[in-house]
This record gives sequence, structure tokens and C-alpha cells, in this order.
Amino acid sequence: MINMPAETGTLKDGTPESRTGPWRSLWQRMRTNRSVLIGGGFLLLLILVAVFGPLLTHYDPSKVDYSTKFLKPSAAHWFGTDHNGRDIFTRVIHGMRLTLSVGFISVMIGAAFGIVLGIISGYYGGKWDTIIMRITDVMLAFPGILLALAIVSALGKSLFNVIIAVSIFSVPTFARIVRGSTLAVRKLEYIDAMRTLGASDSRIIFRHILPNITSPIIVQATLRIAVAILTASGLSFLGLGAQPPTPEWGAMLNDGRSYITEHPHVALFPGLSIVIVVIAFNLLGDGLRDALDPKLKK
Amino acid sequence: MLIYTIRRLLQTIPVIIGVTIIVFLLMHLIPGDAAQAIIGEGAPREQVEQIREKLGLNDPLPVQYWNYVSDLLRGDLGDSIRSNRPIADEIFKSRFWITVELAVYSTILAVFLGITAGIISAVKKSTPADIGVMIVALFGLSMPNFWLGLMLIQYFAVDFGWFRPSGWGDWSQTVLPVVTLGTGGAAIIARMTRSSMLEVISQDYIRTARAKGVRERIIIYRHALKNAMIPVITVIGLEFGGLLGGAVLTETVFAVNGLGRYVIDAIRARDFPVVQATVLVMSLMFVLVNLLVDISYRYFNKRIDFD
Repeated sequence: MINMPAETGTLKDGTPESRTGPWRSLWQRMRTNRSVLIGGGFLLLLILVAVFGPLLTHYDPSKVDYSTKFLKPSAAHWFGTDHNGRDIFTRVIHGMRLTLSVGFISVMIGAAFGIVLGIISGYYGGKWDTIIMRITDVMLAFPGILLALAIVSALGKSLFNVIIAVSIFSVPTFARIVRGSTLAVRKLEYIDAMRTLGASDSRIIFRHILPNITSPIIVQATLRIAVAILTASGLSFLGLGAQPPTPEWGAMLNDGRSYITEHPHVALFPGLSIVIVVIAFNLLGDGLRDALDPKLKK
Repeated sequence: MLIYTIRRLLQTIPVIIGVTIIVFLLMHLIPGDAAQAIIGEGAPREQVEQIREKLGLNDPLPVQYWNYVSDLLRGDLGDSIRSNRPIADEIFKSRFWITVELAVYSTILAVFLGITAGIISAVKKSTPADIGVMIVALFGLSMPNFWLGLMLIQYFAVDFGWFRPSGWGDWSQTVLPVVTLGTGGAAIIARMTRSSMLEVISQDYIRTARAKGVRERIIIYRHALKNAMIPVITVIGLEFGGLLGGAVLTETVFAVNGLGRYVIDAIRARDFPVVQATVLVMSLMFVLVNLLVDISYRYFNKRIDFD
């Protein structure tokens, strides 16, 4: 771990890496990082479940059948059934798609806007930097889930609006991080040299800045998906997101709340599923941070 | 110090103005006719018109904002559409104080648990104790607090009957919401304390102290901890925000009549002025707490130069 390159990512001139290039050493570090392996493996499994899971079960996630109401977990119904007699395992599996999609989509939208704003702020500086940073200050002044909550309350309750709200909620964090990394790269001498040689701003940004700031963006995006999933399921739990009978986990918890005293399994499994998915993203994010940012190495 | 305090205060002003602008604009984010949306489809035209007039929606936007801010400066948060009573009265009668209590107790719990666990983890690095603490912290960080609340109610209030499942007031109602809300913060503070401690412990001056033969206990508590706490304090300030946001969910789960439950009830009743007022008050609380954290941080660490 002595000859660690200062920046990870592509080589600075963009040539394909040699066998000992940064991508390779990055891969080495990721492969030997336990958190990346466990978190990433776990996540892969969860994605497979989301894609192929519905094939594992022959129950209908939303068909109501009162004759099978509140069955305890058994061989026929692994997670039991809910107040409408629906198989909870089936609903949880279908909910996996929703949860992962909401997490990925909202963070991708939030990251896209955040990266653009962060680069403008960090690369051009000056007036735009001041304006953009003041706006992020204001957005970050809303505590936790509250900004997303306020936006959904105005737009109206739906899973789509939750995605919009959570995306907006993610923008300032990305803008901040990208700005910081952009500033650090921009100050490097070779960027000055490129400019002196007449490289255009867009060439510098796309060929040199962006590749050099991918690591913090990837780390942030991974950890942020965890936050996005918690926020989105929280909003659905409050009745502002996915509406019944959609098998969204937060909505399932809200739906099953009234029966929890008599039938705890109704709330146990959707909640555990959220925990497991969020742990996978947090583990992967932690591991990636250690692997991608050698300076932070313990 | 005084100059720093004044400058920090001045920096807060544009943030507060920005917050009022966003909260004000929320009403205009409502798709279609806001007055119609608030009173509901199918309401008589006169009633919609009445609401529109009452909320001043007929005025040009800058005039509306001006009226909104001048009302705020007089301590007027508007009237609830549902009850027709001043929102400020409702908020500051008890709700505000309940949420403050909930947030403060949870912060104390989070700080105490988090710092203790973080120190144990750092001092016993790579032992089963460290790994155990970090696994628990990972769970704490990844658990939705509304689900944790439901589970705590199920086991500790319903099954064991140790606590009451809802409300706020005596200790038997306070413990579960505070644990629910404090857990996430405790996990984050534990992780931060651990990494900060590990970084400090690896520094030269600690090695020097060890070489001099200073006892390990004194090294940890007198030398390392003090410096390791610097980044942790910032996290505590920021976590207070997460906690206020989390209070919305926790209060809903435990039927605590604080600000969080007020905003949810208001959203359900489409009482939009209440939503705006509550979001504003909670954000201002967060801004104020961070201001205090920053200033005290500076006060305790005079050697840090911020600019």
C-alpha cells in the first residue's frame, strides 16, 4: 500500500491502463475489501431477487382472499399472510423491485443535477459558485426528511412524487461533494497546463475533471441510495407515497399497523426487508469509500 | 471570537430568508388551483374564493411574499384552515416544547451511547468488541425508525407491558420514543467517534505520550478524546436535524402530540398553512442549533482558524 496513486480512476491522459494501471489496483483493493464483497454480493443477490423473484412464488401480490387472512408463517406462506389474506412473502418480493427502483432512480436524478451544479460551482467559481452554494445551504437547512415531506405534501401523494421529492432532497449533497472534488482537481498543475495549451473548458471538464471525481461520486451515490430508500419508505409509511394495494414496504407497514398487536408478522417482514436492503448499500458504500479513497484508509 | 460570532450570525440571515422563500413557494407548488386543492374537489365556488382571498392568493407573488414575511416578523404564522385559529398559538402552547423535549432527550441518548460505543470500538480495535459494536451501529444506521418504533411497541409495551405504547408525559411514555429516535444518531456518532479516535491515536503526540510512559487510560481520556471530539461535535449538530426530521415519523408511530404529528395531521387534512408553519419552525430550530454548535465549537477550540 505504499505506491498508492493519488487519484484513482482513469489514467490522466485517458490512455488504456496497463496491467498494473489504476483500474487494476482499484479492483485489487475492492476485491480484498470485506465490506465491498459482502455488501456487493448481498446487493447482487437482492437485485436477482427483484428481477427473478416473482417467479419463485405463485401467489398474486394483490389478490384479496379473506379465507387466508392472518396466517402465521408456514411452509405454504413463508412470511405469513396479511389482513387481506395476501401472501406477505410475495408482496415483499414484488416490493423489492419498487424499493430498488425508487432508490436508484431518485439518486440518479439527484446526482445528475448535483454533479452539474457542483462542477459549475467548483470549476467556474465566482458568482455562480456563490449562488449555487447559498441555494444548497438553504436546502440543507431543512432537517432530514422534512424537505422531501414538504414537497410531496404540495405535489400530492404518489410514489412518483416521492421520487421527485427524494431526488430534489439528494441534489445539495451531491452538489457540495462534487464542488469540493472539482476544486481540488482544478487546482492541479496539469489542468493549468492544459488550459495554457488551449484546451476548451468542456474538454477539461469531460476528459479530466469528471474522470477524476468519479470515486467520491460513486461512494456518495451508494450511501445516498440507502438514505433515499429510508426516506421514500418513510414517506410511504406516512401515507404520502405508494398507496395500497401497491406492495411498497413502507406502505405495507402503514397498512399492517393496526393489526400488529395481534399479528406481529405483518409488520416484521416488510421492515426487516428495508433493513437488509439498506444494510447492503451502507456496507458497499463504506467498503467503496475505503477502497476508492486510500487517504481515508484506517 | 466576537467577530466570528457576528459573522456567523450574519451568514445565517440569507439562509433564513431562503428558507422562508422555499416555504412560501410550497403553496405554489400545488398543481392546479391551490385554494381548490386545499378545500377539496366539489366545494362551492364561493368557499374556494373565500380561501383564496384569505390566503391572499389573488395578489401578485412579490406582494404575497412581502405580506407573508411581515406577518412572520410580527410572530404571525397564519391561521389554520381547519380550526380557523392562529397556528402560532397551537404550536407554542405545547407542541413545540414536546418536540424539543423529545429531540433533546434523544440527542443526549445518542451522544452518550454513541461516544461510549465509539471509544470502546476504537480502543479495542479489531477485537470482537469492536466488530460487535460496528455491526450494531450498522444496523442502527440502517433501520427505519418508524419500524423500530413499531417493534419496540410490540415487544416492550404490548408483550412485556413495561411501557405505555403512546402519548407523551411521564417516563413510561418517554422511553420508547426517545430510544426509537436516538438509535440512528447513536450509530452515526459511534462510527464518527471511532474513526476520529483511531486517527488521533495514530498521531505523533500520542506516540510520544506512550513513549514517555503515560498510562493508557490517561492517554485515551485526557489526550486523545479531547481532540477526537472536534469532528464529532459537528456531526452532533447535523444529527440534530436528522433527529427533528425523524421526529415526524416517531411522533406518528407513538401518537406524540408534537410538531411532527401536527404536520402529518395537517397534510392529511390539506391544512396547508399549518404545513408551511410547522416546516418553517422546525427548519429554524435546526438552523439555530447549528449556529449554536458552530459558535460553541469555535469557543472551545480557539486554535482552529476557520478562514
